[in-house]
Amino acid sequence: MTWNDVVFMLPEIILSIGASLLLIAPVIGWRLKEASAKWAILILLAITALSVVICSNVVEGLPQTVSYSAMFALDGFAIFFKLLFITAIAMIVLLSDDFLRESRYSAWEYYSLLGFALIGMMFMASGVHLASIYIGLELMSLSSYILTGFFKNEQKSTEAAMKYFVLGTVSSGILLYGISLIYGVTGSLNLLTIAKAMSTIITNDALMFGIMLLGAGLCFKIAAVPFHVWTPDVYEGAPTPIAAFLSTASKGAAVAIFARIFYVGLHDFQLDWSNILATISALSMILGNLAALTQDNVKRMLAYSSIGHAGYVLLGILSLNAMGLRGVLIYTLVYVFANLGIWATVLMLRRHEYAGERVDDFEGLHKRAPFWAFAMIIFLLSLGGIPPTAGFIGKYFLFAAAIQSGFGWLAIIAVLMSAVSMFFYFRIVVAMYLREGREAEVAITPALKLVAGVCLAVTLIFGILPAPLINQATESSSWVAARAAILTHAGR
Amino acid sequence: MIPTQWFLILSAILFAIGVCGVLTRKNGITIFMAIELMVNAVNLTFLAYARQFHQLHGLIFVFFVMAIAAAEAAVGLAIFISLFHHRETIDVDEANLMRW
Amino acid sequence: MANYSVLLVAALIVLSLPVLTLFVLAPLVRASRANKVKLEPYECGVPASSYAFDHRFSVRYFLIAVLFIIFDVETVFLFPWAIRFKQLGWFGAVEMAVFLAILLIGYFYAWKRKVLSWV
Repeated sequence: MTWNDVVFMLPEIILSIGASLLLIAPVIGWRLKEASAKWAILILLAITALSVVICSNVVEGLPQTVSYSAMFALDGFAIFFKLLFITAIAMIVLLSDDFLRESRYSAWEYYSLLGFALIGMMFMASGVHLASIYIGLELMSLSSYILTGFFKNEQKSTEAAMKYFVLGTVSSGILLYGISLIYGVTGSLNLLTIAKAMSTIITNDALMFGIMLLGAGLCFKIAAVPFHVWTPDVYEGAPTPIAAFLSTASKGAAVAIFARIFYVGLHDFQLDWSNILATISALSMILGNLAALTQDNVKRMLAYSSIGHAGYVLLGILSLNAMGLRGVLIYTLVYVFANLGIWATVLMLRRHEYAGERVDDFEGLHKRAPFWAFAMIIFLLSLGGIPPTAGFIGKYFLFAAAIQSGFGWLAIIAVLMSAVSMFFYFRIVVAMYLREGREAEVAITPALKLVAGVCLAVTLIFGILPAPLINQATESSSWVAARAAILTHAGR
Repeated sequence: MIPTQWFLILSAILFAIGVCGVLTRKNGITIFMAIELMVNAVNLTFLAYARQFHQLHGLIFVFFVMAIAAAEAAVGLAIFISLFHHRETIDVDEANLMRW
Repeated sequence: MANYSVLLVAALIVLSLPVLTLFVLAPLVRASRANKVKLEPYECGVPASSYAFDHRFSVRYFLIAVLFIIFDVETVFLFPWAIRFKQLGWFGAVEMAVFLAILLIGYFYAWKRKVLSWV
């Protein structure tokens, strides 16, 4: 590492300093109001996003070196995901505001933990070395275990944290074992060197084990069947903004490293893992969507639907062509915005601690808040992949990529399961519009309006005018697809 | 010099014992010890390979894994204490508020 | 296309080993002469004053233990730096200063939140 390399990591450095300050600010005697915490983190996120943009422009001017001992890359792929994560975290901050105001816990600590999770996710987006990827993953996971159990007077929250922690650490251990076996066979932890070593290996049992274990660990993080059991319980027990965080930002980060590892590192070993991933993908789509049909709790329903979406994203990863990678980027963005919109609407229905969780709570929403009931329909259509919304674009790319790579049967399952998913999405619509029960009580704050409004705009604009999104995704993914990342050697 | 395979076999056995411990035990702290066993088995694999390759990468990775395992220990124990406040037990089978 | 049966056989072998040792081998080999004195908790050789379940420890012991674990393990990063102190030069020194500063923030936080003072 040289002083020059600092520029590559400047956003992370700024965010680390800022998040640490958020943590110690209230205890060193500054007289700070709890309400100013959200402004502090929002300003910090804005500075970080700005520095990502500036750094990416500076890096483009630097002489590009591809180093085999590199750990950290600031390429188009990383920048795309970093900006997406910063936006998602900013929206989760807005969603958390009311939750924290009613609780007796420190907002400063909560937001600094969100900041630390974001640092982990940014390292995951940039990591081209299994060490930096693993450390980023753990930083994100440890922060999210704490956030899941943050409201520790809630028994459900604590229980969810315990389940998430035990299963999460076991899966990290399995992932780590996979990394160690891959290291043992290829003699390196750098993805490019691994790819180089792998092109000469025809078949190797230890390597196969390593890839299996690594894949199992990653599948846990994106909640794909059969590693999904934690998802419904954790989403139900976690505070609603944290459930939103787990289902959007945290999952997106896991998808980013999944794509990076498999597209860059394990590219040449494709035959051995793509069939297994195809099975996992099919199981996730089928089980996730069918189980969601039976749920009455919206948080659990969204959990099962997110399992199904993990299956769709896997289509893009296993098809291993340029279109698939583009599809992964587009779909992650679309999914994050649609899902955050739904969580914002769920939070609008919140009375006291746990309301808005049952499908019945949506009854008569169109009378109280007709605009947001309509927005909810758009978000649900986007998750289902129906044309005027952005979800269709994402699904189109993923399904087309799967067909291109000869996984036509998987694309058929995906289309069928998208149809099934419309059934349970429409249960919410029916409750909102057709059920004449009680009128839904709502607590619509400006913060929730802002989040839902932004999500609605993104979902509709990219649904009607998808060209900018597709171009951006093509450009961002081209670095990884060509396997020529701008690398820096941050430590050798 | 002891062949690398022996270390690998030992670490595979330790890892499997760890996995079995997680699956069969009910006490939260015991599960936690089993998880630590898994992580340390992986450390042994890294060290064995690093010795074989005469490389530093594996050794340094073990340092990071140790540091992360310590952080995990702190977070995990805190979560179990918080659970104990609610239920007066850390038997993981007792944590059954949410079922589908 | 690799042969997947290898995975299955290996998984069976690996999974059967702990089962064999825990449930078959260990009961055969170990001596099971349990008596009251043997089952007693070991307390530095002196007769046990009470049983572990009878009284609880203050949760503050736990907090200090957690702090100890973290600061104890982080010193592992100081050793390689100390060995190569000359070669790493100023850059290494600055980097280690940053690392220690991050640790100190955590220490400071714990201190100000009154984790270290015994109530």
